[in-house]
Amino acid sequence: MENLHTHFMTERGLVRAVDGVSFTLKQGVTLGLVGESGCGKTILSRTLMGLLPPSARISAQARILFNGRDLRGLGEKQLRAIRGREVAMIFQDPMTSLNPVMKVGAQISETLVYHLGMTKAEAHARGVELLRAVGIATPERRIEQYPHQLSGGIRQRVAIAIALACEPKLLIADEPTTALDVTVQSGILDLLREQQRERNMSMILITHDLGVVAGRTDEIAVMYAGKMVERASTKALFGNTRMPYTRALMESIPQLDYPTHTRLKTISGQPPNLIYPPPGCRFAPRCSRAEARCREDEPALDSDGAADHTFACWRPVGTPVVETAA
Amino acid sequence: MISEAMPRQAAQPEPVLRVEDLVVEYRLGKREVVQAVSGVSFEIYQGETLGLVGESGCGKSSAARAVMQLPAPTAGKVILNGVDLAALNNSDLRRQRKQFQMIFQDPISSLNPRRKVSDIVEMPLLVMGEGTPEERAKRVRDVLAAVGLDPEASLDRRPFQFSGGQCQRISIARALVSEPLMLICDEPVSALDVSIQAQIINLLQDMKERYHLTMLFISHDLSVVKVVCDRVAVMYLGRVCELADSETLYRQPAHPYTAALLSAIPEADPNRTPQPIAMKEGELPSATNPPPGCRFNTRCPRAREICTQVVPPLETIADRHTVACHFPLTAD
Repeated sequence: MENLHTHFMTERGLVRAVDGVSFTLKQGVTLGLVGESGCGKTILSRTLMGLLPPSARISAQARILFNGRDLRGLGEKQLRAIRGREVAMIFQDPMTSLNPVMKVGAQISETLVYHLGMTKAEAHARGVELLRAVGIATPERRIEQYPHQLSGGIRQRVAIAIALACEPKLLIADEPTTALDVTVQSGILDLLREQQRERNMSMILITHDLGVVAGRTDEIAVMYAGKMVERASTKALFGNTRMPYTRALMESIPQLDYPTHTRLKTISGQPPNLIYPPPGCRFAPRCSRAEARCREDEPALDSDGAADHTFACWRPVGTPVVETAA
Repeated sequence: MISEAMPRQAAQPEPVLRVEDLVVEYRLGKREVVQAVSGVSFEIYQGETLGLVGESGCGKSSAARAVMQLPAPTAGKVILNGVDLAALNNSDLRRQRKQFQMIFQDPISSLNPRRKVSDIVEMPLLVMGEGTPEERAKRVRDVLAAVGLDPEASLDRRPFQFSGGQCQRISIARALVSEPLMLICDEPVSALDVSIQAQIINLLQDMKERYHLTMLFISHDLSVVKVVCDRVAVMYLGRVCELADSETLYRQPAHPYTAALLSAIPEADPNRTPQPIAMKEGELPSATNPPPGCRFNTRCPRAREICTQVVPPLETIADRHTVACHFPLTAD
């Protein structure tokens, strides 16, 4: 068993989409990466995959260690050997991530032939197996079809089959169920969880939906305006939320047991502009607990004793709001 | 904050909106016809919000557009305040339009990017030929302030200078400036982040009270619908399969599809992993070739032979609770 250890540090694009984020992910662990649009969660995952547009700049000090190797030092050719082979990705919209003019079978075989050097016949046979593994009932028929002939749920299963083809060590799923209906969504999430456990992969599940990560991750990292603001085990994050932003996010979601016409709690204002982020804590202008210090000094991602639970806040939930100055 | 459901009067007044046997068909090529909505009926009373929920392709948006006469339905009646909108000619319809307005899912693409906010919000009044320029300008300012935008700061700006949540506020202002009876909301918060979504939901509730609105609220998000709607109609493949007060529907769903839908919702609580009710494997049926009998029979865990042959009618099983199922869940 290898011990997968990813250390990740990125800093300031011109728009500071991801601004000083570090984290490690162990083998066999599912990390939920949660935040609102524009918080940097997708850019973070693309940085990891080396899939950034040319305008992106990654800071010189940043290191991305995957299995002990720094991905930043690798050339495009070496990266290509890792991408799809050791790190695979699933995207939000399976219609645009699949090739519309290629049969499903050819798309699965492509990876197998390229990375594993299989013959076409071997790849075809393996493709059928993979489709069956992701819960597709008639793989022999599906493998001959084009993406437009499939429903959204089946398409996403095909995308998962392609991602799993080379038995990657890390799977990044970027909003894998956002484009799908609820009755299809739970099936896809269960499939990801099951495959992750079976293959002892690491997985990063990126989503804006706290409901999606609640039951299906081991750890959660919450991002706000390019920063990681809280990181904990899933249980601790929901049971003992420390960062006011995480708390506010949870409270603004309508719950099924709310009576009709319940007034929802809201977070006032808008997320900050990432070209000129506010000084201090980036959430301070919208935070009900903020005090003078929050608008001046930036809090670091730190723990207050509890192992495995870090948060970036001067006035975390659970401490008195108004502390009389001595 | 948490209020009991309002007691209802024994004698129901005339509904604000009565939809009867609504049918919407689209042509696909020369021969093929898709029936997106197949005979949907419902009523909405003064001050009430009716939710229309279902998965993509169930016909909920088509139904909403047919109510708006965008375009008019293939068949059926849409009676607003006693007038059948589907039977009106264009100029009469235009005169009626101030009574029913709509807001859309994507707030940015539903606003003309080249127009100033003042023009966008004034447009409905201009089209209806209402008021003098001074009166119109005042109404625009008033409604912008009501939806939480600073009129001075926003009148001369264009939609791209606003965020998604603010654009949705502009859409709401445009819909409300003519003081309609009825507001139709098609997935109004689906494109917004949760923190902004909560602001807009609260705003819609405030506007409903302030302008005495009756609302039709379309969404695929059952948690949002629960908070906003007094009654909920669940649609599946072009038909209403269940309609009840939202408290009843969520507590005691009678249609197997409603139950499956509710059981699949992921909740933000790690101790409550959803235990979805298993539906039969296989392809989702398509609206071009719906299954005979109950349209849900191909996926329904309770389906028996009769379900594949006879269309179940929408029947009342309890006070204010109707369901279209041969074997509803409460019958056990």
